[in-house]
Amino acid sequence: MTHQADIARRYMVARENWHWGEALPWLAIVAAFFVFPDYLALGTQIIIAIIFALSLDLILGYAGIITLGHAAYFGAGAYATGMLSAHLGWSEPISALLFGGLVGGALGLVTGWILLRYHGLTLLMLTLATAILLQEGANAAEDWTGGFDGLVGISFQPLLGSFEFDLWGKTYFCYAVAVLLLCFLFARAVVHSAFGRSLAGIKGNVERMHGVGTPVHGRLVAIYTISAAMAGLAGGLFAESNAYVTLDVLSFSRSGTVLIMLVLGGTGRLYGAFVGTVAYMVLEDELAKLSPEFWEFGIGLLLVVVVLFFRRGLLGALEDARARMGGLK
Amino acid sequence: MEQIARAAIAILFDGVAYGMLLFIMSVGLSITMGLMGFANLAHGAFAMAGGYVLVGLMVGIGVPFIPALVMAGVIVAVISIPFERYLYRPLYQADELDHVLLSIGLVFMATAAITFVYGPSTVSITVPDYLNGQIDLGIGLFPAYRTFTIAVGAVLILALWYGFEGTIIGAKIRAAVDNRRMAQSIGINVDRLFVIAFALGSGLAALGGGLAIEIIGMEPTFALTYLVFFLIVVAVGGLGSIRGAFVAALLLGLIDTAGKYLWPDGGAFFIYAVTVAILLIKPMGLFGKA
Repeated sequence: MTHQADIARRYMVARENWHWGEALPWLAIVAAFFVFPDYLALGTQIIIAIIFALSLDLILGYAGIITLGHAAYFGAGAYATGMLSAHLGWSEPISALLFGGLVGGALGLVTGWILLRYHGLTLLMLTLATAILLQEGANAAEDWTGGFDGLVGISFQPLLGSFEFDLWGKTYFCYAVAVLLLCFLFARAVVHSAFGRSLAGIKGNVERMHGVGTPVHGRLVAIYTISAAMAGLAGGLFAESNAYVTLDVLSFSRSGTVLIMLVLGGTGRLYGAFVGTVAYMVLEDELAKLSPEFWEFGIGLLLVVVVLFFRRGLLGALEDARARMGGLK
Repeated sequence: MEQIARAAIAILFDGVAYGMLLFIMSVGLSITMGLMGFANLAHGAFAMAGGYVLVGLMVGIGVPFIPALVMAGVIVAVISIPFERYLYRPLYQADELDHVLLSIGLVFMATAAITFVYGPSTVSITVPDYLNGQIDLGIGLFPAYRTFTIAVGAVLILALWYGFEGTIIGAKIRAAVDNRRMAQSIGINVDRLFVIAFALGSGLAALGGGLAIEIIGMEPTFALTYLVFFLIVVAVGGLGSIRGAFVAALLLGLIDTAGKYLWPDGGAFFIYAVTVAILLIKPMGLFGKA
């Protein structure tokens, strides 16, 4: 083995091995459960947003697919899970959640197969229009979705037949964290697999990947489907924990918000979804208290600053700072 | 029968007026996207700025409607120059994600700033008497303000067409849209073209924003609400194509107006379905170059 290949191999192995720092977000989540027992409802919504942002990181950060319509799959999952309970009276939460993920994934497979043949601005427009099309469809199909008034009548049995969904949201928080952990482990395995490396190749140089015979379209559709299924799971959790679904789950602003959260944390590093989501939602909570305009202006300014100066997000900025400190020593 | 004909004419007229308005507001976006390849989601913020500058001029210091409209266009065009110079230009070589994020950030800031100054509700102006009520065009009575909007749109189309096809600067812009590096190598100052095109596009958007107050209303969420429509006009028409933007804007205006009359619940669905269908078949838009 040549020297360079050896270095490359060691680098890849080092990337794949668990690093002690990776325990921090999970410890923080456990700590949050005990330190902020009154904020677990908000905590559950943050966990759901992390799962959604993580799903976006798979396609944006690892495969370089830019989308303005990722809420389509979140919303599809939310409506699928919600309608299962509201219309069919299906009240077992885990199977209903899986159904949400399944519907999200199926929609991702079909739309991805069609849309991922396009690039750049056309793809941007198509993802945007697809999500709005779905939202308008949900608005028109009032009998099934409740239209503008929202879908009501969602209720679920105790989790695993014995854990009641309580008023303080303890059960939901633990349930959501369990789903996040499973999604994360799966996402981590995917991005470090040979398949995940081929996605990085497609992101870096698509012509060359075509040249070496990688089935580029198939790979992109595969990761898009995985991502959509994960977004569908996040949507399903959203429907279960709120017992209410409105057209907002499919909105452009939801697609935009998840993009902002992810970019704030840093794309292509899985943990960016954690950091960005928490930073966004805590900032929103604090600044919106002062005034909603202040928050909106603040998040806009933050975006401009991040794009111009901290393109790799908060985690990227942290790494750069550490590298500089290391250089000074 | 006569009633149906009258309704059809009313829909046609309103649709054309709305289409003209969309054209005026979006054509600048088509030029800048075709020329610089910048996905500027903040284009609607410049249109919105035009609307609010017009309100400020008319309500604040009593400038009459038509001079205020022209001034709003010029003021916003001048304001847009530093934006191009210091925020957009560093990102021309970056990917679409950066363009999207930067411009969405600008939309948020504009929305918040305008809410802070003017409040969250719809603003209104008093248009002069000759633009109120109906006007007799010889073939029947038509709403005066919409007639005025169509006339402004028609004049702008002619001016733009002449500017692009008949002047040196237009020829330079066309050359740079077709092949920027080639244009640069033969000594065209592309940076300067960018500034001119950006300011022109923003000024036109502002003019459209001023006209829009009386037709579709003006509130701080305007930039985000109509963003999707501007993008549809540009994408369906084809980047950098004035003719494409015109055809797409008219189509969108007519379909949207007819949809609101005939099928209030599902009209919007139809628009997005048509947009997706057109883009799937012609990814570069109706008049775009591959």
